Amino acid sequence: MRLMLEPSPAQIKQEKIYRQMGLSDSEFASAEKILGRTPNYTETGLFSVMWSEHCSYKNSKPVLKKFPVTGERVLQGPGEGAGIVDIGDGQAVVFKIESHNHPSAIEPYQGAATGVGGIIRDVFSMGARPIALLNSLRFGELESPRVKYLFEQVVAGIAGYGNCIGIPTVGGEVQFDSSYEGNPLVNAMCVGLINHEDIKKGQAHGVGNPVMYVGAKTGRDGIHGATFASEELNEASEEKRPAVQVGDPFMEKLLLEACLELVKNDALVGIQDMGAAGLTSSAAEMASKAGSGIEMNLDLVPQRETGMTPYEMMLSESQERMLIVVEKGREQEIIDLFSKYELEAVAIGTVTDDKMLRLLHNGEVVAEVPADALAEEAPVYYKPSSEPAYFREFQAMDKQIPKVENYETTLLQLLKQPTIASKEWVYDQYDYMVRTSTVVSPGSDAAVVRIRGTEKGLAMTTDCNSRYLYLDPETGGKIAVAEAARNIVCSGGEPLAITDCLNFGNPEKPEIFWQFEKAVDGMSEACRTLSTPVIGGNVSLYNETNGTAVYPTPVVGMVGLVENLKHVTTQHFKNAGDLIYLLGDTKDEFGGSELQKLVHGRIFGKAPELDLQVEASYQAQILIAIRKGVVASAHDVAEGGVAVALAESVIGSKGLGAEVKLEGNVVSALFSESQSRFLLSIAPDDQIEFEKITNAVLIGKVTETPVLKIDVNGKNVIHHDVKGLKKAWKGAIPCLLN
Amino acid sequence: MKFAVIVFPGSNCDIDMYHAAKDELGEQAEYVWHDTESLEDYDAVLLPGGFSYGDYLRSGAIAQFSNVMKEVVKAAEAGKPVLGVCNGFQILLEAGLLPGAMRRNESLKFICRQVELKVENNETMFSAGYEKGEVITIPVAHGEGNYYCDDATLARLKENNQIVFTYSGENPNGSLEDIAGIMNERGNVLGMMPHPERAVDELLGGADGLKLFKSIVKQWREANAVNA
Repeated sequence: MRLMLEPSPAQIKQEKIYRQMGLSDSEFASAEKILGRTPNYTETGLFSVMWSEHCSYKNSKPVLKKFPVTGERVLQGPGEGAGIVDIGDGQAVVFKIESHNHPSAIEPYQGAATGVGGIIRDVFSMGARPIALLNSLRFGELESPRVKYLFEQVVAGIAGYGNCIGIPTVGGEVQFDSSYEGNPLVNAMCVGLINHEDIKKGQAHGVGNPVMYVGAKTGRDGIHGATFASEELNEASEEKRPAVQVGDPFMEKLLLEACLELVKNDALVGIQDMGAAGLTSSAAEMASKAGSGIEMNLDLVPQRETGMTPYEMMLSESQERMLIVVEKGREQEIIDLFSKYELEAVAIGTVTDDKMLRLLHNGEVVAEVPADALAEEAPVYYKPSSEPAYFREFQAMDKQIPKVENYETTLLQLLKQPTIASKEWVYDQYDYMVRTSTVVSPGSDAAVVRIRGTEKGLAMTTDCNSRYLYLDPETGGKIAVAEAARNIVCSGGEPLAITDCLNFGNPEKPEIFWQFEKAVDGMSEACRTLSTPVIGGNVSLYNETNGTAVYPTPVVGMVGLVENLKHVTTQHFKNAGDLIYLLGDTKDEFGGSELQKLVHGRIFGKAPELDLQVEASYQAQILIAIRKGVVASAHDVAEGGVAVALAESVIGSKGLGAEVKLEGNVVSALFSESQSRFLLSIAPDDQIEFEKITNAVLIGKVTETPVLKIDVNGKNVIHHDVKGLKKAWKGAIPCLLN
Repeated sequence: MKFAVIVFPGSNCDIDMYHAAKDELGEQAEYVWHDTESLEDYDAVLLPGGFSYGDYLRSGAIAQFSNVMKEVVKAAEAGKPVLGVCNGFQILLEAGLLPGAMRRNESLKFICRQVELKVENNETMFSAGYEKGEVITIPVAHGEGNYYCDDATLARLKENNQIVFTYSGENPNGSLEDIAGIMNERGNVLGMMPHPERAVDELLGGADGLKLFKSIVKQWREANAVNA
């Protein structure tokens, strides 16, 4: 009997066994105080996972409160499986992003796959049909065999899960930097569509109603996954491999279809995914949110292994499971519904009125803890924060323009940088077309997915340039939100809201906590100015390997509404003779730029400036111009500056070229990463109308000859055939992997 | 004309097939669950792509034992058009309605992209709307599309003009003789890896697949007009 081996409450306390589970001495004392006795082994387990950073946000809560979370269109903000935004016609969009960094660092295929599976469940647990997936990935430089392995396996894991379940992976971003060497970031985002009347919540209402377990059986995989996600990685992390779950996308496809049929059934009271902390979090949170209690008989939990203890069952993070509450007496209807999909639905407990989470096993009460204590009463820490020395040093630096000897060679080198280079090698492996609604595929600024039966579409993107955030987290945080909005606007959409995945290092270090605070300050301000509230997300701290933190990486997942699919715009030039315009000022800004990294091998100095009022005004101009139908192509100027943006616009065109004349410092004109800039092309007939709407400056024209020709101050500095540019840009990542 | 879109647990291109038939063709279409006992009410059968039964064991290996497959065989024997795309093609191979087998892509990776196909045979109920030798653009999305058969089978396929589509540009999966789609000897069962149902609307990047569906409808109307 395994149970006999569990330490007694007295042993747990004396030998401080709770520490192995991630509870501090004071947290254990709080748990004792709440219970009025020393918790047993199972109860200690419940407290430890629910009070982990991953589940409780105990370190980040005070900071997260700064985010604007409301707006006219917001139907559901943070706190449920996913946020919801109204898009008119009785429909709403549901979306959320989540990290699966630590599992992916240890077991990249399954880590990434289950990250995708988890975020999909968050969306359909709200009652929504998932319609698109995106991701945001960070790896070390593509040099060591380990990094290549992580990159290849993460991509394969995302593809394996998303392709099988039949939800298109339509967009994302991948960046490479040595700070992610031992701790890659794998953030997955899911977007769903719902009719207002189908919105469901994870609440256990109605005393006496049965609590049912649906989906896959519970095994010993993923035990303490949430705790593992809340510590730094080191050499010993490899031993935590059993804390990584294993995914089964086929099972999830069945669960998805069954649950979407279930949400149409009025017997359903509440539904929640068993994600991090599995049965513990779903039961405790559903009871706590409804002000009720839940009693469960663990003997009834479908198990795929024998002899599982209550501790193991409650802490397992086996995938593809849901907890639901249904109306009493209608259990059979639910069982029949799930059996059509060859899935189990088992009543394992009931809703009570005593606000307790009570667990029975072999006829005995094995745990009895107030649901609120687990779900709501985790300690909250106000961590010390201090401005790092490196930041003061960087701020004191003068602006430096990197030295460039050959502009054309430099452009080619920039196009080969993995962060800029074509990601075709990645998205070629994702089925981005299934469900036949993908209007703009991966490779343009934002993906666009149509909404069947309407003229509308949804534009979606993930963005974050963490180099700017490292140099200046507040400005970098603003830029992350602004860039996401730029991508949405350039695609013809109006930004609606964001979800964020805040990936940072160890918050117990004051310099890291300072990065976190400042980044959230910057993001909050940008969200307010650009009217994109935060409707949910995820915090991933402790992204460190052997004491070194990743760059602060708050990934922004943004969704926008395309009012009419006629407004859909891509970044590629369309017709010879079209006029090319640049909107926005170019300054000598190279801090954190691709050119700085290329020339100096490191980043330093100030991040590019961002004036949010200017940003908002430019975005408004572009959206008006697009809606008037006078924009042929639109592209935000990002990494690598105007030269790279021009190259991308010709590379993606159907055999066209461009002739452009710029002014000012040559290096800055070509490669500066000043913010709030847009590259647009328009048909000559639309010139008058276009110039009435925007402040953009005419810089050249699209040509029939497939050559990119750039003059600065009247002197030719780049003259290169598009084929060669394309070869450099497309071949870089496959070349690095071979 | 009434199409049956067969749905196995794990099918995921079923909605795309359904909408292609219903919205773009303007014909009747219904989803048919895998445990259905009869397909008599339908004029044509569409086996969609996806991962039936998770593609566990081997793509299409478990789906072939579904109840509905007995009915698909009957429909094929009755001369009704049967179109299997991607996983549907794999199921037709496993069920023995078409010869040959599928291996993993040569790259060992899933591949999703637009590819060019050459119409090798336009004298079929599926390809009559195309010119012989015409190059069309239709997307692929699969991990196991590397078609293979033995020499004798290949010789028969060629002799009977059963190879309907081949990859015209780059072969994405390493298939034998660049084969992208084949039909049975009788000419009423077509299996192909590329997804014509994803190429029925210019909004989504091309409509070259629409002619395939239109060919089926046209042939059916003509045959039924004669019968009437």
